[in-house]
Amino acid sequence: MRKLIQKIGLGEYLLVVMFGLVLLISRFTGWSLGLGAGKNFWSFFSEMIAFLPLMFILIGLVDVWVPNNKIEKHIGPGSGIMGTFWIVLLAMLQAGPLYGAFPVAYLLSKKGCSIKNVFIYLGAFSTLKIPMLAFEIGFLGFKFSLLRTLFTLPVFIGIGYIMEWYFKDREFTIDLPAYGKL
Amino acid sequence: MYILIVITVVALLASFWADRGKTLKGLKKSLNMLLGILPMLLNVLILVSIVLYLVPKETLVQWLGANSGLAGYAVAAIIGSIALIPGFVAFPLAALLLKSGVGYAVTAVFITTLMMVGILTLPVEIKYFGRKVALMRNALSLAGALLVGLLIRVFM
Repeated sequence: MRKLIQKIGLGEYLLVVMFGLVLLISRFTGWSLGLGAGKNFWSFFSEMIAFLPLMFILIGLVDVWVPNNKIEKHIGPGSGIMGTFWIVLLAMLQAGPLYGAFPVAYLLSKKGCSIKNVFIYLGAFSTLKIPMLAFEIGFLGFKFSLLRTLFTLPVFIGIGYIMEWYFKDREFTIDLPAYGKL
Repeated sequence: MYILIVITVVALLASFWADRGKTLKGLKKSLNMLLGILPMLLNVLILVSIVLYLVPKETLVQWLGANSGLAGYAVAAIIGSIALIPGFVAFPLAALLLKSGVGYAVTAVFITTLMMVGILTLPVEIKYFGRKVALMRNALSLAGALLVGLLIRVFM
């Protein structure tokens, strides 16, 4: 029995099951913590479930179709400023929360992206996504958004350089947390 | 969002048409990746939901507005680093901050840490990158966000 529980990984879902029970109980007793947290959870969950499966399908397809190291020429070590340009552009065209960028970073790294560009990708993804910029301009104004963008760009490019400088001669791998054997 | 759906469907159909076996292999990988990260993501989202309920938006605005000077930056950086707020909530919130008299620089620190630093999602990041890389990226991003705030203060 314990083996079975381990096998389907219930241990990892313990909190989920407990939270589910709390939500259920709150529904009948009107406990405000359960109802309030439940409302928050559904808004996060709907964002995740609308977006993550599509993202993973695309990652899976790119993974089987694009040979490893095929795009190294464009975004790998030695790709220069154009490599950075492409990676920023790729990140800007995307949408979704930061945790969605981690599996893409894994994929990029596997296909030959340099360490520097992996972190520039994460930086651009978190701060320069076009759908988000439109939102920012709408609420905070053009001047503020433009300045924030202009100042953030060199900051995350700098982070890319620092990470590459530090991890160049050290072990650097991006793991893929997976359910089964790949 | 709709663009993503269209791209995915088209890519999937094209892939199936070109090579069925390869496509299935890719999809199996997709499913594996999804199931691999799902429990941890759900746990993070549950914790964030509870924290966000206990500390509502109004309280955040109060905290951010109550402190001026260096303390204001520190509070903005701490809240921004911890909170996990989607963009469609974060920007209206930031606009509210500006309206209630919080400066542009502090707002920039709040927004930038919110985007780049994720303490609550750190367990997820560690699963992909390992502890050292994840901590370094977040620490550097925090420093970078403060720098952005400083520059905004000078130029805005």
